[in-house]
Amino acid sequence: MKLKQTIGAAKITPYVFIFPFIASFLIFYLYPIISTIIMGFQQVYPGQVTFIGLENYQKLNNPEFKVALTNSFRYTMYTLALLIPIPLLLSVWLNSGNKTVNTLYRSILYVPTLISVVVAGTIMRLLFASSNKSIVNTIAIALGAEPRQWLLGGPHQAMILLLILALWRWVGVNIIYFLSGLQAIPDELYEAADIDGASPSQKLWRITIPLLKSTTIFVTTISIFGGLAMFEESYILWSGTASPNNVGLTIVGYLYKKGFQEGEMGMASSIGIVLLVIVFTISISYLKIFGFFKTEDKR
Amino acid sequence: MKRLLLFLVLITCVFGMVFAAGGKEQAAPADGTELSFWTFQDLHMSFYEKMAKMWNEENPDRKIIFKPEVLPFEDMHTKLLVSLQAGTGAPDMVDIEIGKYPNFLKGNVQLIPLNDVIDPVRDKFVTARLDIYSKDGQNYGLPFHVGASVIFYNTEILDAAGIDPYDIKTWDDYMEAGKIVKQKTGKPMATVEVNGQWSFWPMIAERGSDLVDADGNVILDNETNIKTLEYLKELLDSGVAVAAPGGNHHAEEYYGFMNDGGAASMWMPMWYMNRFTDYMPDLSGKILILPMPRWTPDGKRSAGMGGTGTSVTNQARDVELAKDFLMFAKGSEEGNLVIWEDLGFDPPRWDVWDNPRMNASNKFTEYYQNDSIFGMLLEIKDEINSVNVKEKLPAVIDRINSSVMIQALQQQTKSPAEALREGADLAR
Repeated sequence: MKLKQTIGAAKITPYVFIFPFIASFLIFYLYPIISTIIMGFQQVYPGQVTFIGLENYQKLNNPEFKVALTNSFRYTMYTLALLIPIPLLLSVWLNSGNKTVNTLYRSILYVPTLISVVVAGTIMRLLFASSNKSIVNTIAIALGAEPRQWLLGGPHQAMILLLILALWRWVGVNIIYFLSGLQAIPDELYEAADIDGASPSQKLWRITIPLLKSTTIFVTTISIFGGLAMFEESYILWSGTASPNNVGLTIVGYLYKKGFQEGEMGMASSIGIVLLVIVFTISISYLKIFGFFKTEDKR
Repeated sequence: MKRLLLFLVLITCVFGMVFAAGGKEQAAPADGTELSFWTFQDLHMSFYEKMAKMWNEENPDRKIIFKPEVLPFEDMHTKLLVSLQAGTGAPDMVDIEIGKYPNFLKGNVQLIPLNDVIDPVRDKFVTARLDIYSKDGQNYGLPFHVGASVIFYNTEILDAAGIDPYDIKTWDDYMEAGKIVKQKTGKPMATVEVNGQWSFWPMIAERGSDLVDADGNVILDNETNIKTLEYLKELLDSGVAVAAPGGNHHAEEYYGFMNDGGAASMWMPMWYMNRFTDYMPDLSGKILILPMPRWTPDGKRSAGMGGTGTSVTNQARDVELAKDFLMFAKGSEEGNLVIWEDLGFDPPRWDVWDNPRMNASNKFTEYYQNDSIFGMLLEIKDEINSVNVKEKLPAVIDRINSSVMIQALQQQTKSPAEALREGADLAR
């Protein structure tokens, strides 16, 4: 009986319940982060670990890492430019009109999210293969265009392929976010607008978009994370080998190359830290600028 | 009470399941010891499977249960590097490609030195091929082949253009012949790798140059290499050569392109022979293997390169057994003969080169037009330049594949000299 009382005591219970989280946080988050920070200052080879100070960070001042940074940033900017407006408009459209038809469209748009990037990337690579018999080149020839070596083309071509893949895969998820945001907007506002004689575009600009602000901020934030952490897409598109002229090299791609392909774990750790700092700075300042913390307080 | 009992039973079950899954299977000694093996080439796997069978027949008291696994090229090397670093999860025996090998010689080497099994027959090996998988006098890997570079001609196309491949002596002749082929058949003379090193490396090695020098310094941007890349660019610009579909000679698209008679020739190390027989069956009887053209009238005609070292990891269950089996497979006379017969590689033990079995009919002699492939090889035996494998090599190869060739040949955004200089700086 005594044991039961102790466990049930108000003082201990909360700790028992949060223990699983604390434990997993300490083991799987805090320990790796600290260990990565330490490894960033070391040269780590099997059985030989030497402290080398800031050398890893100094080595990052090279053209390749700059290419990786530019690629990641460009990719993030483009995905933001595409993955916010398109899902927003689609979700507004899906939120109106026939319910059954819309549920069908919603499912169709969501399906790509369930497919693994590896599978999608491989299929994409085969669609855009260099041979004249690949699907895209067959269509190009049928339309009277020149067949192309898609994956070996310049940086623009590569970026377009990556964006097509991102668009195909992530539009569905963002639609779901926006839809849930839309459903929280009370119908009365639209009815009032109708009585006042507002046009559909006025309703979109004056009611829908302002009231979706917090959803938009959330979607933008996760898109920034996703964009800067992009790796699988380019890894699979160029089947694990280096992409021509590093057109598909991203920050995480460079980390992978250094750490797992060249065995430079110390340098890979320093890249990880740089990425962490970048993502942290961008998202915090972004949230600050848009007053995300403030609105939370007021409510 | 009942609940508590049920709970205990459940917990025991869960723990039981976890440990059962984690436990190592213990093979009964009667069946032999398990020997796991990773490779990135399924042809290598079939070779080892055959040798394992032979080993079990000859050593009934030391039988092995051979467990091979084929993984994609990059994935396999990555997985191996990580599992060696972590100290667990690596196979007993593994194929490591030459361009990746120096990565595994960093720090405390996690591979087992093979000196004691090699020493008895060391003098029968082409020793340069052992040195490439070594560090500080320790040999960590056994080679598959010498890897002499040769040129593969599609005689059907050459005949249509009226070219006799035996008349092509130098690279200048090659260019001229290529122009005629292009004009008469509309087909390119050659394909060039634009995201691979196999078109460029044999050409510079043939001229006595290399990617890194004997001391390990990066010499990618030396005068000879610049001239060679300029030659390649000229081949492409004049339409004599095209960029290999898919970018390199191992792309799926490339096999299809060549199989349909896409180009009149291509040069690769000899180990490429089995890619023709296995992936381009329609060219059977149309391909002639010759030494590469020379750069100067008295220049050399080949260079030994590429390769895969098979090593034993320090995580092997039975290190001695793994070493002995590896030596039996790749180091014995019989093994070297099978390397030729099944894989079509030029075996690294020179004492089998004049064995009558080297001239016996096999799938390679049937596929290729040559009367004696090995006779051709013996003829250039003293003209096979070797290459340096040093710590910087993976970095140099990586830059060649990712930027130098693309910039200079495919997109032509930089001149050969600029592209090479930039690549060399990045690798240094």
